[in-house]
Amino acid sequence: MLTYIVRRLLLVPVLLFGVTVLIFAMLQFLSPVMRSALYVKDIPKNENAINGIIKQYGLDQPIYVQYWRWLVGHTVNGQRKGGIIFGDFGYSRTASQPVVDLIRNRFPNTLDLTIWAVAPVLLVGIWLGVQAAVHQNGFIDQAARIFSIVGTSFPTFVFGLLMLMIFYANLQWFPPGRLSDWANQAVYLSSFHHYTSLLTFDALLNGRLDIFWDAMRHMLMPILTLSYISWATFVRVTRSSMLETLRMEYVTTARAKGLRERDVIYKHAQPNAMITVITLAGFQVIGLLGGVVITETVFNYPGIGQAAASAAAQLDVITVLGFALFDGFILIVANLVVDVLYGVIDPRVRLA
Amino acid sequence: MAETIPSGENSLLRETIAVRKIGWLERLLGPENYRIVTGLLKTPASILGFVLIGLFILIAILAPVIIPPVTPNDTYKIPRDGFSSEPRPMMSDWTRNTPPLPFWWKPIMKTDQWVHILGTSQGQYDVFYGIIWGTRTAFRTGLIVVIATFLIGIIIGSVSAYYGGVVDNIIMRIVDVFLTLPFILAALILAAVLTPRIGKSLYPAIIALITFGWMGYARIIRGDILSIKERDYIMAARVIGVKDSRILFRHIIPNAIFPTLVLASLAIGDVVLSFAALSFLGIGTAIGYADWGQVLSFARNWITSLSTYWYIIVWPGLTLVLFVMGWNLVGDALRDVLDPRMRGKT
Repeated sequence: MLTYIVRRLLLVPVLLFGVTVLIFAMLQFLSPVMRSALYVKDIPKNENAINGIIKQYGLDQPIYVQYWRWLVGHTVNGQRKGGIIFGDFGYSRTASQPVVDLIRNRFPNTLDLTIWAVAPVLLVGIWLGVQAAVHQNGFIDQAARIFSIVGTSFPTFVFGLLMLMIFYANLQWFPPGRLSDWANQAVYLSSFHHYTSLLTFDALLNGRLDIFWDAMRHMLMPILTLSYISWATFVRVTRSSMLETLRMEYVTTARAKGLRERDVIYKHAQPNAMITVITLAGFQVIGLLGGVVITETVFNYPGIGQAAASAAAQLDVITVLGFALFDGFILIVANLVVDVLYGVIDPRVRLA
Repeated sequence: MAETIPSGENSLLRETIAVRKIGWLERLLGPENYRIVTGLLKTPASILGFVLIGLFILIAILAPVIIPPVTPNDTYKIPRDGFSSEPRPMMSDWTRNTPPLPFWWKPIMKTDQWVHILGTSQGQYDVFYGIIWGTRTAFRTGLIVVIATFLIGIIIGSVSAYYGGVVDNIIMRIVDVFLTLPFILAALILAAVLTPRIGKSLYPAIIALITFGWMGYARIIRGDILSIKERDYIMAARVIGVKDSRILFRHIIPNAIFPTLVLASLAIGDVVLSFAALSFLGIGTAIGYADWGQVLSFARNWITSLSTYWYIIVWPGLTLVLFVMGWNLVGDALRDVLDPRMRGKT
């Protein structure tokens, strides 16, 4: 087990290096003037001043020097400038603040949304998949099959727009955005404590059920839009993995020695069927970070995805690349966690 | 037929060897690939998929007949009927920039005046024109991206599998790196970086989708080559002293390529979906270019009044859904056929 984890950990620096090189390579498509936004807030208009900045920050240096400075920063007038390992991703032109601050403001909203999008899928989706397998060709099974074909063909943004059309424009049930005006004011009062900076959880911890409900009213459609594809894939994969496990001989043995059917399914078959599902769960969480870009844009939800998309539409590349770096770091860690979990659950993996 | 049965009076042999007619297609593709093709044509779902795809191909080919372009030099520019932002309802009169009347118009519509069949979107862009000519855009981007990612994937995957060892290890780590960033975010960034360089057109998004789209094919072809490398006929070729490059190109790749080829051709649906997502987010073509994501993105400014202007999302949305569903239905059948547990069950 230890060697497996160590071997897996050794891959992390490789991936980190690769992702930073990839993002740095994309930065090279920008002119040196635009790249100076990595280090200075306001890019001057005057040509001499621009050349001064390019010289000062070494934007005309060989590429490996630039990469190194971008990675660990360098000292200018006794101050460290840049250095993504210290969390300095440059200045966002469109949000007029450092990219890291933008991420810090927006990320809790995205996390709030993803938690509510993932948890029900993991809990209910797996249960549905198991039921579909146990009662093969039953109602749940057929419904899941139709749903998964229709679901995977619906582009997220079309689905989101249709939801908005039906539940907002026509029925006026669920508005887009983050909070209603009154709730927004209540949140900024000093009596409202930000324990976790995740809005729904803070509202619950403050005992403000009205704010929780208001946040949920705004989040319900984004949650559905973000997760309907996960529902479809989860139910289907759990089902096929469970079907395969139920055909194994040890399940027959368990039945033969007279175990209750409930124990056979939940204690003997399900844990083994979960191996595939857990890998998928990892991929799903990773996929969500891409999914938020579109979902948040459709619902005008103030998370990192919406910020990235609107920055990209205004060609504010420094900001978008900052988000990419952030996502890259998160995903490398998430992948690591998934792989280690995988090894814990399935001994065959760590011995391979 | 007679020569396929061994001569002699061994009746046992006669009974155990099933004599089967082999058609020209099976002869051409080989038994395994033939099984894939026939498997795809068997389920009603995949046939529905093929019908949908065929319908879209027809629309793409017949676009100039369905709605002739207003500006023949720039057929992908959606004609504007004025400049007011408010969308206009379906079947409203078309006064400015009217396309020439196609031959089918009078017999069916009973007038000689163009109307906005599916209404206009924000800025008076005709929705119907956008959908019909957008089909051509969809196939164009889909084909370019699929062919390019397929070729890149095949080359990288086969180099990786063939050389093995350190080369394989390095290439597979590069694949891991490319897979680390979420696909749509990565494509979004690259397209945003490229747009100032190339200008607003199809190409920033196409290049972005290619750059982050080849890894899957590289992995699949690598796996297939690794398994084919171990087969006896490759060993036989080695033994009689065939050159390495000839073994790779004449014996391994032709035998390994087919599943990847089919998989790639069915990825057109996904590619078009990602492309539409990018242009929905405002990256890619100039405003007014006939592509589905662009037409849909007009709706973003009319969220509060979608109950009145439902036609600006329902029609382009439905088009995109049917297009993607066509490819998905066939793709689903393909997954069943390629599943090793299904072998020998057709």
